[in-house]
Amino acid sequence: MIKAIGLGAATALLFTAMAGAAQMQPSDELSAETSLTGSVGDPVEGRKVFADRKLGNCLACHAVSDMSDQLFHGDVGPTLDGVANRYAPEQLRAIVVNSKEMFGDQTIMPGFYTLKVGVDVADEFQGERILTAQQVEDVVAYLTTLTKDPN
Amino acid sequence: MNKKKPVLAAAIGLMAAMAIGPAQSDPVDDKLVIDGELEMVTRTKAPEGSPFEEVLSGWLYRTEETRALEADSFQNPGMLYVERGEEIWNEVDGAAGKSCASCHGEAASSMKGVGAHYPKWNAAAGKPYNLELKINDCRTANMEAEPYKFDAADQKALVTYIKHQSIGMPMEIDLSAGDMQSWWERGKERYYLRMGQLNLACATCHENYNGHYIRADHLSQGNVNGFPTYRLKQANMVSLHNRFRGCIRDTRATPPKAFSDDLMALEVYVTWRGGGLSIETPAVRQ
Ligand code: HEC
Ligand code: HEC
Repeated sequence: MIKAIGLGAATALLFTAMAGAAQMQPSDELSAETSLTGSVGDPVEGRKVFADRKLGNCLACHAVSDMSDQLFHGDVGPTLDGVANRYAPEQLRAIVVNSKEMFGDQTIMPGFYTLKVGVDVADEFQGERILTAQQVEDVVAYLTTLTKDPN
Repeated sequence: MNKKKPVLAAAIGLMAAMAIGPAQSDPVDDKLVIDGELEMVTRTKAPEGSPFEEVLSGWLYRTEETRALEADSFQNPGMLYVERGEEIWNEVDGAAGKSCASCHGEAASSMKGVGAHYPKWNAAAGKPYNLELKINDCRTANMEAEPYKFDAADQKALVTYIKHQSIGMPMEIDLSAGDMQSWWERGKERYYLRMGQLNLACATCHENYNGHYIRADHLSQGNVNGFPTYRLKQANMVSLHNRFRGCIRDTRATPPKAFSDDLMALEVYVTWRGGGLSIETPAVRQ
């Protein structure tokens, strides 16, 4: 299941540590301390989820120089260059799972793995989270590769 | 690895500082003068009670090319709809054998300023009416014609034509009439209501982040003074309730129906928020 191939040794080490503590327990409570899937995400997949407008669409709000090949990075949120130096992986997971728990109720950033959402959710999204547990782990794995600080 | 794991409280403090984000992409400092003659108010002091000091037209957030299209009425694609609206104005329709012109004469005089003051309290209906509802009222009661369906091409053209008769005049609604105040309040609640799977309110984007880019879109204050608006992306006129519904759908919520009480209340409130801006119809947006 671990597809994290070609990562730096440090990151791989970190992943091993995380996988050790993992529990198979996707729940809406913030279980952000440990992997939602019980295993380590795939940063290559995570990079795709991050850019995909129908999935993370993170680029709508965040710029990241790793994706300078993509047009139109938003500037609603901070640039994510070097974000892995600013947060531990479990904090990155908490931010992606439900940013409201980290930044407060007023944040514009959607919670990507929560059912605490707004009113009148469209039928096709009812009872659904924006991302799957696997996609969250993949995005978190991608974020941990962003170690290059802005300029 | 020597990564430090910051204490959560400290991390949140840090984030609060960073929440300001990268340099804001400000709206331009430019003047909108239509055909080199008609100077428009695109910035003005916000109404008492507004969260802003200044209200800004969406025009100031658009690209140079888009701004230029609006400033030149020969190039503005929305002007075709004004022309079509003029035809409809003079067309007889319905069992009573009347056109708009039969009762209202020349729109250039009879409709001047009218569109700038909608939505208006309608005592008979006991609710605010926008131009679309008023036109349908005239069609059924006076022309004995079918009311337009929402977003029928003729409805958009006629509303565009009538609003255009007020171009350059300040948008100003009367909240003291009838029960307008309570509709304003309902609209305000709606404006701050978090909607959909993405959990966003109108205010989240248009109040907290106007001036920022959300992917390729430069977020404005979401003012309504240009509606119906010619949207280049859709190559079509876009009515106000269509725009409201689009923004709501983007939050992954089911939008209320056009002209529903929810959207009428929102129209009253959002029109008030942009009070004092010039009517730009037909505005050009991306
Ligand atoms: C609609 C806007 C929006 C979207 C979409 C969005 N974010 Fe955010 N994000 C923000 C904002 C704004 C902040 C800053 C906190 C605040 O002000 O609420 C933030 C903060 C963050 C942070 C902390 C950055 C720092 O340096 O403090 C991370 C990490 C992050 N987002 C990751 C993501 C990921 C991954 C996705 C997609 C899966 C995503 N964001 C989608 C708006 C967004
Ligand atoms: C996810 C962000 C988002 C939310 C939430 C949102 N909008 Fe928008 N809105 C946009 C974008 C992007 C545009 C196009 C750029 C612009 O004009 O701001 C836009 C445009 C508009 C415009 C056209 C402005 C013009 O100058 O032509 C109006 C009016 C508007 N929005 C009203 C609303 C209202 C009312 C709500 C809530 C019911 C709302 N929006 C919710 C993103 C949003």
